Amino acid sequence: MKITMQLRVNGETHDAFFEPQKTLLEVLREDLGLTGTKHGCELGECGTCTVLLDGEPLLSCLVLAVDCEGVEITTVEGMARNNDPHPLQKRFAELGAAQCGYCTPGFLLTAQSLLEKNPSPDRETLREELAGNLCRCTGYLQIYDAIEAAAKDLQAEKGA
Amino acid sequence: MMRLPTFAYRVPTDVAEAAKIIREENAMIVAGGTDLWPNMKRRQVEPKSVVALRKLDALRGWEWRADGTLRIGPMATLRELERDKRVEEELPALWKAIVSISTPLLRNQGTLGGNLNLDTRCFYLNQNYEWRRAINHCLKCTGHTCWTAPGSTKCWAVNSSDCVPVMIALDATFVLQGADGTREVKAADLYHVDDGRDWLVKAPDEIMTDILIPPQNGHRSTYLKLRKRDSFDFPVLGVAARVKGNGSVEAADIILNAVGPAPVRCSEAEKALIGYELKAETIEEARALATRAAKPLDNTDHMPSYRKKMIRVYVKRALEELAN
Amino acid sequence: MSKKKKYKYIGKAFTKVDGLSKTTGQTKYADDLVMPRMLYCKLLRSDVPHARIVSIDTSEAEAMDGVIACLTGASMPNTFGILPVSQDEHALCPDKVRFVGDPVAAVAATTEDIAFEALKKIHVEYEPLEPCYDPAKAIKNQTDLIHEYGDDGNVHKRVSMEFGDVDAALDDADEVLDDVVFFQGNTHLPMEQHATLAYPEADGRLTVWSSTQTPHYLHKAMSKVLDMPPSRIRIIACPNGGGFGGKSDPFNHEIAVAKLALNTGRPCKITLTREEVFYCHRGRHPVLMHSRMGLKKDGSITGIHFQSLLDGGAYGSYGVASTYYTGALQTVTYKVPTYRFDGVRTFTNKPPCGPKRGHGTVQPRFAIELQMDKAAEKLGMDPAEFRLMNIQPEESITANWLKIRTIGLRECIEKVVEASGWKERHGKLPRGHGLGLACSSYITGAGLPIYWNSMPHSGVQLKLDRGGGVTAFCGATDIGQGSDTVLAACVAEILGVDIMDVRVCVSDTDLTPVDLGSYSSRVTLMMGNAAIEAAEKAREKLVAAAAEKLEVPPVRLVCADNKVFDSEAPEERWMSFAQAVVYAEAKFGTIGTVGSYKPPRMPGRYRGAGVGPTPTYSYSAAVVELFADEETGAVDVKKIWIAHDIGIAINRALAIGQVEGGVYMGLGEALMEEMVYRDRRNGVHKIPSMLEYKSPTTLEMPEVETMLVEHPDPEGPFGAKEVGQGPLLPVMPAVANAVHDALGVRVDQCPVTPELVLSAVESKNKRSGPKSYPDLKITDTMRIKTPDQGGDGDADEPWRIKRKKKAKAPK
Repeated sequence: MKITMQLRVNGETHDAFFEPQKTLLEVLREDLGLTGTKHGCELGECGTCTVLLDGEPLLSCLVLAVDCEGVEITTVEGMARNNDPHPLQKRFAELGAAQCGYCTPGFLLTAQSLLEKNPSPDRETLREELAGNLCRCTGYLQIYDAIEAAAKDLQAEKGA
Repeated sequence: MMRLPTFAYRVPTDVAEAAKIIREENAMIVAGGTDLWPNMKRRQVEPKSVVALRKLDALRGWEWRADGTLRIGPMATLRELERDKRVEEELPALWKAIVSISTPLLRNQGTLGGNLNLDTRCFYLNQNYEWRRAINHCLKCTGHTCWTAPGSTKCWAVNSSDCVPVMIALDATFVLQGADGTREVKAADLYHVDDGRDWLVKAPDEIMTDILIPPQNGHRSTYLKLRKRDSFDFPVLGVAARVKGNGSVEAADIILNAVGPAPVRCSEAEKALIGYELKAETIEEARALATRAAKPLDNTDHMPSYRKKMIRVYVKRALEELAN
Repeated sequence: MSKKKKYKYIGKAFTKVDGLSKTTGQTKYADDLVMPRMLYCKLLRSDVPHARIVSIDTSEAEAMDGVIACLTGASMPNTFGILPVSQDEHALCPDKVRFVGDPVAAVAATTEDIAFEALKKIHVEYEPLEPCYDPAKAIKNQTDLIHEYGDDGNVHKRVSMEFGDVDAALDDADEVLDDVVFFQGNTHLPMEQHATLAYPEADGRLTVWSSTQTPHYLHKAMSKVLDMPPSRIRIIACPNGGGFGGKSDPFNHEIAVAKLALNTGRPCKITLTREEVFYCHRGRHPVLMHSRMGLKKDGSITGIHFQSLLDGGAYGSYGVASTYYTGALQTVTYKVPTYRFDGVRTFTNKPPCGPKRGHGTVQPRFAIELQMDKAAEKLGMDPAEFRLMNIQPEESITANWLKIRTIGLRECIEKVVEASGWKERHGKLPRGHGLGLACSSYITGAGLPIYWNSMPHSGVQLKLDRGGGVTAFCGATDIGQGSDTVLAACVAEILGVDIMDVRVCVSDTDLTPVDLGSYSSRVTLMMGNAAIEAAEKAREKLVAAAAEKLEVPPVRLVCADNKVFDSEAPEERWMSFAQAVVYAEAKFGTIGTVGSYKPPRMPGRYRGAGVGPTPTYSYSAAVVELFADEETGAVDVKKIWIAHDIGIAINRALAIGQVEGGVYMGLGEALMEEMVYRDRRNGVHKIPSMLEYKSPTTLEMPEVETMLVEHPDPEGPFGAKEVGQGPLLPVMPAVANAVHDALGVRVDQCPVTPELVLSAVESKNKRSGPKSYPDLKITDTMRIKTPDQGGDGDADEPWRIKRKKKAKAPK
């Protein structure tokens, strides 16, 4: 039996209607049509389905949607600001950080959360903080480049 | 998509109520969900009812008491704890164990209590339903044979927690609250049943409410972990070590984990250290004795013979670290 | 080549055309598609390794509420397979299963949960057959054969060929190295699990969206198995969430879900679980190799006798090609005047192996590069110097009749030697620290198509819009390598328009001309050349029309900056690109042009000469620095320097991304990735999960210094060669060679696990790896004269191919 519940996703309130055992991943993709959040194993072994819950990156495959009442959920679709892609989104596109693009939303959200806590992380911090997101295409290096470039963009924005 | 089966989901707001529901509904407990949900998706367990601890405020947070005891609420996330500088400085073994767990994302979600109650793991168990059917299921999950040791009457699934051996080495105490009341148990006594099916010495309705780590006056501790990748992977050998005494050793704890269904205390090795300085020959003797304490089997990553060999190396390195 | 041209895009780093679509979540992968009334499909897979199917009863499942249809193999008797010579797969096994994971039945239900539950209600009775897991056993006669076809017993394919007299060459050598090396199988592990959506249209047509690298081959297989004309089937390849070769076969789930859609009249989707992706596999073959190399004291190679034994798994897949590839490219890096190759591929009751990045050439490259290291040691030479003095010359033909065009290998070696401080540091680092070098080469597109035909390998159509937009149609599939961007860049460069004015329309069998697929590193070269041809034809028309209007001779007109202008008076006489299109359309009618590409004819004409040739080879060299812990055997890679001979980079950012990605994947293969099975437990896959199949995380990935060697190759578009696969190859042998430098031990096996390193350290002969090589019972070796012997590219009698006297193939 499905239940009805309000979820706050990307700054909007949604009336969601779903089976109570569904994970946030399933509800986002299947009930709210937000297919930007991807899945690679559904067991917490790859990091592909990362979303932000109140700003912290978590795996949406291991969170029940019913546990997200009153939580601000951010997905890749919610990263743009005033219809302008987030600097991370621009830099990932520009610098080769998204090859097949499938792990990209997860990396973007982990990175966004990181930059909010630490505006200019060094390489070692990036390696440690991104160690829960697997990518099979890039070898991670262009992902670091993109995050570092976006970090500079964000700081320039602040300074301006 | 791997999906959860249907179940009744209970989110009580007080511990006594939670314990009562667990007993009445034969429910399983979920803390962060990083262990139970995958196991349920693989249909290793299919509880009719699941009790979430997330709204039990009494189980959150942690504080240093005046006597130096650290009390941790089991629902404290691993990530919160690893960011605590005092934990890092005063309890290096615990801090090292915590930061080594899985990934930053999973540590955002996983709790210390969850890690201490982590279900035992095995290559013949942590597989999808279809896979397990192909081997006709195993002793821990609806089958009749332990495929790790087919002649065995017990289950050899491995205690794969990083924090369990540390808690034993640090002489921690847990407070458990069940439908019948509250009791305290020494960490060493919670895990002593050597069977992967029944690895916790507690009733199903007993909920861990407090983790108490006594002041480590004069003890130095560390934790080393063997695995293939520095992220994601469970330990396939964990070594927690603690010694007291400058100059000659007054007290020593060497606890191995992820080598069998229960953590292993290397009593002979510990004895060999007492009264001696942590020098090469002492360490050499201790590590040889420690190696005899465990016999890893072929149900995790890495060859079992290799894991056994690594006990020597990891115990040595742990003791060398503590000697300095 | 003439002096370096100035380009707007080519050679630069620019944003890929699908970049923002991917970073904003807009890109639709196959599993992102949903349709009204859509059903969910799941497959019931065999839980026994080898058995005859006695009966399948789906009645209980069919009776379930929400189950709309069940399907078994009986309704799809036609076989399929990627190669014409191994059409050995069924969409669902009708009578026999060959590995744990082989599909036997399919369910379509209103939810995925119901479909999953329904699988438990399908009852299959099996009559067990003797399983075979070991290639060494498979080459002996078997009672319960896995397939009815093949060469003998459970041998799928035997190959034996000799170019020149290798025995004499080895007799003549001062030293003969004799090595047995094993390369364990591993898999692609794309982040996206395969998914397919099939849509039956009211008029009887079928449309299929799928995560496939090869929509054209899927089109053919689908038509064959469903018994429908290709004209009624439309295959659309969605952007792939990673491929690496793992989505380049037509798959049973793609066909089964289409059949269910046709049977139910409803859209039907299947998305595999991660476990099922491991059963699809088609990854790296486990290969046991035996290599004998003859050396002269002066450092020259007299000949190589190379043998390979492939564990093919349960089906043919690309296996015949894989077998040839384990012998084909040993000759294209170093001068090997005589060469013999014996290869055997066996069937075993495990998921089928096939092409993974570097297809079939990775394993022998590992063996050869280890042997080159040992050879240098034996001769007392520096491994880099030894390789440099043996480099194959440019514009040459190898002993096995492969045509070599440009070679940048010398520069590659020099660059990594220089950057890594090789000369000062190799052999001189403290114990535990080591440097290792290895080289490689790879094809830029297979010289022949998978099925015999003389049509183009890639076609591009352009449509020019009156508003100045250009649409490029091509069957190529973007699997993350950036082929959409390469297509747009080639067209934009020639027509002088902004790259965002080029819309690409790709991988749709109804709308786009055939491109054979994203495999064999062929797309940039083949699609790129076709795109240039189409764009040049369009430019000709625009220029002709513009020349009339501007009253200047066409030769003076230039297309650039979205304008057509007189090169002698750019400010005065010009018109916008859109105006030029309008004039051209008025003059010529609708503007649409085509380009197509077919590789040049290759000199080899013997049976088997079709595997190995390519328009041009890429080259790479890598140096790996690592720390190997002699107590634990653990290897910690500190840094990798890699130089790749790419001809020219179409997009520098994407090219470097391909190099780094290849290095990453190679590092995983070198250290930890392996496909292992439990022979004593029904042949189940030991670890079909992302947790236990070890893909390196950020913490295992070291710093990589990438150097591109750029000298335009005459065959490539703007001079470009491949970069998607070659840079993976040197990583594994460079790691093994570095472990030798660090600890003085040889690990003749990949992955170089801590267990193997430690066992080598503890062993008497300071080596770990396979001990012996089985007798392959080679009886009939085809002999081919080398170019040096005055051969004509074909074999001697009686192996010579009987050719009908027909018109020569077009040049």
